[in-house]
Amino acid sequence: MKAAVITYPGSNCDRDLARGFELAGFAVERVWHKDTALPAGTDVVGIPGGFSWGDYLRCGAIAARAAISDAVRAHADRGGYVLGVCNGFQVLTEMGLLPGALLRNAGLKYVCRVVELEVSADSAFTAGYVAGARIAVPIAHHDGNYTADAGTLDRLEGEGRVAFRYVQNPNGSARDIAGVLSANRRVLGMMPHPERRCEPAHGGTDGTALFRALAEAGVTAGA
Amino acid sequence: MKARVHVMLKDGVLDPQGEAVRVALGTLGFSGVEGVRQGKVIEIDLAAGDRAAAEAEVRAMCEKLLANTVIEKYSVEIEGGNA
Repeated sequence: MKAAVITYPGSNCDRDLARGFELAGFAVERVWHKDTALPAGTDVVGIPGGFSWGDYLRCGAIAARAAISDAVRAHADRGGYVLGVCNGFQVLTEMGLLPGALLRNAGLKYVCRVVELEVSADSAFTAGYVAGARIAVPIAHHDGNYTADAGTLDRLEGEGRVAFRYVQNPNGSARDIAGVLSANRRVLGMMPHPERRCEPAHGGTDGTALFRALAEAGVTAGA
Repeated sequence: MKARVHVMLKDGVLDPQGEAVRVALGTLGFSGVEGVRQGKVIEIDLAAGDRAAAEAEVRAMCEKLLANTVIEKYSVEIEGGNA
């Protein structure tokens, strides 16, 4: 299984995300935003957290239009897996690969702490958790307030595409949404950082199951 | 020629920053402030001389990058150039 982790100017979780994939058995290749193709055989694209282009204009807006974006979109259109964490989630909504948008936190403050999430959808990303499981994963963001129109929110809930919900909403996100899936359930965007919860030294390993399940899903799908 | 783009959150999208400004204005004694919405203004210098073509191009810029039409609306003003 091969993961490609993209780095933009201002990414700061790219190494952590690569490490999360590696610990789960992925071969990881790092990709620069000016590249126009993904490495051959890429199964999963990882879009990391950070502050791509300094959050200028809107968080993720400029990264969503970077040179590598066409290749990421083609990968997703082919049914490839994409995981966007934090700024990566913002990039995926700006690319239109996931619905909705991420606004400034309702409390206006940057929030950096470990939060409890409820796992609330079936997908290759969440298969390693018991349905309804509660996991502890860090968040660190200023613009994680998920919003979409009521019809979109209803559809996401009706189709079981809310992958993670906050047990205690830290940022004003509509319906406590912390992560959402694409219609084919192969693109996941989430504000919390599973890659920061993969080793005992992190204070917990609740993020590990996400990467491991993804590795297993890819193998069984023959991707 | 100069284009001025106003980008605002759509009506109904919560604007936490505007709300904070509203509260701050109330704290300063401006009691009549019923609502505040905060947006952004983007000024663009254009080489084009034709107003209609410039407006069409700037609208394309808004759709592709300057505004996120999931949550934002925009308006375009063109100054100068041939009518």
